[in-house]
Amino acid sequence: MGILDHHKKIETHATLLLVLSFLVVTIGGIVQIVPLFYLDNTIEKVEGMRPYSPLEIKGREIYLREGCYVCHSQMIRPMRDEVERYGHYSLAAESMYDHPFQWGSKRTGPDLARLGGRYSDDWHVQHMIDPRAVVPESIMPSYGYMMNRVLTREHAEHVQDIMRVYRVLGHPYTDEMIDRAVDDFFAQVDEFGDPVADRYPGAQQRNFDGQEGRVTEMDAIIAYMQMLGTLVDFETFVPVANR
Amino acid sequence: MWDYIKLAVLGLIVVIAAIAASMARDLPYLVHMLVIILAAAVTFIWVIRRIGEPVPVANQNEYMDGPVRYGVIATAFWGVVGFLVGVVIAFQLAWPELNFEWAQGYLNFGRLRPLHTSAVIFAFGGNALIASAFYVVQRTSAARLWGGGLSWFVFWGYQVFIVMAATGYVLGSTQGNEYAEPEWLTDLWLTIVWVAFLLVFMGTIIKRREPHIYVANWFYMAFIITVAMLHLVNNLAIPVSVFGSKSVPVWSGVQSAMIQWWYGHNAVGFFLTAGFLGMMYYFIPKQAERPVYSYKLSIMHFWALIFLYIWAGPHHLHYTALPDWAQTLGMTFSIMLWMPSWGGMINGLMTLSGAWDKLRTDPIIRMMVVAVGFYGMATFEGPMMSIKAVNSLSHYTDWTIGHVHSGALGWNGMITFGMLYYLVPKLWQRQGLYSLRLVSWHFWLATIGIVLYAASMWVTGIMEGLMWREVDAQGFLVNSFADTVAAKFPMYVVRGLGGVLFLAGAVIMCYNLWKTVTSSPARKPAPAASAVPAE
Repeated sequence: MGILDHHKKIETHATLLLVLSFLVVTIGGIVQIVPLFYLDNTIEKVEGMRPYSPLEIKGREIYLREGCYVCHSQMIRPMRDEVERYGHYSLAAESMYDHPFQWGSKRTGPDLARLGGRYSDDWHVQHMIDPRAVVPESIMPSYGYMMNRVLTREHAEHVQDIMRVYRVLGHPYTDEMIDRAVDDFFAQVDEFGDPVADRYPGAQQRNFDGQEGRVTEMDAIIAYMQMLGTLVDFETFVPVANR
Repeated sequence: MWDYIKLAVLGLIVVIAAIAASMARDLPYLVHMLVIILAAAVTFIWVIRRIGEPVPVANQNEYMDGPVRYGVIATAFWGVVGFLVGVVIAFQLAWPELNFEWAQGYLNFGRLRPLHTSAVIFAFGGNALIASAFYVVQRTSAARLWGGGLSWFVFWGYQVFIVMAATGYVLGSTQGNEYAEPEWLTDLWLTIVWVAFLLVFMGTIIKRREPHIYVANWFYMAFIITVAMLHLVNNLAIPVSVFGSKSVPVWSGVQSAMIQWWYGHNAVGFFLTAGFLGMMYYFIPKQAERPVYSYKLSIMHFWALIFLYIWAGPHHLHYTALPDWAQTLGMTFSIMLWMPSWGGMINGLMTLSGAWDKLRTDPIIRMMVVAVGFYGMATFEGPMMSIKAVNSLSHYTDWTIGHVHSGALGWNGMITFGMLYYLVPKLWQRQGLYSLRLVSWHFWLATIGIVLYAASMWVTGIMEGLMWREVDAQGFLVNSFADTVAAKFPMYVVRGLGGVLFLAGAVIMCYNLWKTVTSSPARKPAPAASAVPAE
């Protein structure tokens, strides 16, 4: 084994060993990751995708905070049972505004990629307060405390700051969207408020948690859940064959 | 002079952290600043009390085992904490009432699971890796740890990282990436500690008195440098405010998924495999009193393992929106990975050639051998699950959870327990362990616990995978999702019981180690200038 005899050079030289190990472990990542940033067919172009509205961002922040992703996936695979159970398989474009992705790795609970519009707001409120009241077999924790977590202007301004960072990372927020973020945050829970859908096409606008006079985390999380998977119109979507 | 600079820096840290705490925009950030203030203030007082005292000159011919001793204690402590949280969340899945109403915003499953995974992987595993790396690198290099007090900084800095991460999870500060949950501030701190770890390790190797670098150290070295790379790339993020815990990761969507699992799978590949193989390559030969089976096999499987592992990430993303070419690459390399993995297993097991009889008399070697056995089993199961056809069934199910635990409990847990049993009498100069009978008890409790765990998760995983896809003669889905949840209940109880057994074993270990230190007869201290090459 002639070649292995030369290993002496490496294993008697600490820096060489370190540098060679490092070079060897970089290769796989470079080959698999870098092309994803420039190959055109990585993310298909689809109609309808837009960045999140301020209230939806808040809902998504709550989704991350509570660790929902450890039990729920947001990625429907193109298999018969999944498509029948959850809807059209997920497209790469549908998570293009997710920092980070929320595809998940485990379905202790069902997939949520197309949760939007499946259940009423009322159902969601009941389900979050006591999951077993509406699904007896459920093992989901209760999240009733969100009904009492009131969202203030400070929270809305924090979302506005997040939107500024999103814009740095390339999300197409206009100056108008960012300037009006705080107003839009509260308008989205008011059915008769300034229509948020003007800036965020397809945004749903109503009192999500049914409580009068205050905006809570429950509003935000339900606003987020009700928009999941609703942006792309699959009546008109045509898959590209070479993907 | 050096002491005054230290004091000035520590004082400055306290002041800056106090200002930041007063400006804090959220609770996790405030708590993290308080942790920093506390840590810096305690260090400040510690430094000031020793000022002016003559500093004992360290004997360069003696090993520096202080940080290793502390690391051993931390490993045992965080192990029990991590297993305990695991048992709690296992039962939360069986009885959701254990997500208590009064603790909704803190102790729900979604917040405790990251606490469990991080406590076990990074706190228990990480401390075991740091402590054993410091022990092994000194023995195999015949050199004292490089960097003076820097190794103490690594130890304590790492504990601060753990506390920041843990408090963050419970208070809801997370990046939302599995196994990379800590936010930017905690990530930055870990980066500093990790660079110090690399410096101490490399410094010690560079001043070694042995011409060859021992094989265990190759694995430790690859582990440290690769984890640094993974951590930096996956956690690139822009803080929303320097006074808030929240940041926005720069990667999104498909790229975020690929980078996350490039990171995530190699947290397994380098943190839980390469680093622990380093442990195996030192402690098994020592405990068995036999040389490593094959030098050539070590070379081949080392380079093959580190080269192939890094490609395996996409097998976590089969049939998703990740492009097919990446999935296929991930699957191909995962299957190839089987070979170097078993190369390591064979090298570990065959080291016992001529010493197999020790399995009957030495429960510590039994533990180590079972660890390598579980390593072999998990590294066969992994490639199998990475095959797309198998993965279409196993993905998203409890099978994955079972697979992870046969690796984590069986391989990482058992080899660490073996290491602790080996190290404690050595580090505290005892003649031997307090009780070998208790080691046997630990061994059997842990083994039966793992079997219950893995078997119940195979059953639920395959069952739910089949139930999800079951269609009737008319082509309709047979089971609602809720049906599959209800069907898993008995197995969830069995899994929890498996966890209880494993935890009980670890508690017995702590008692045994404690008694070893406090009441086992002392060994005569080794004469000075004892730093002789281990090999």
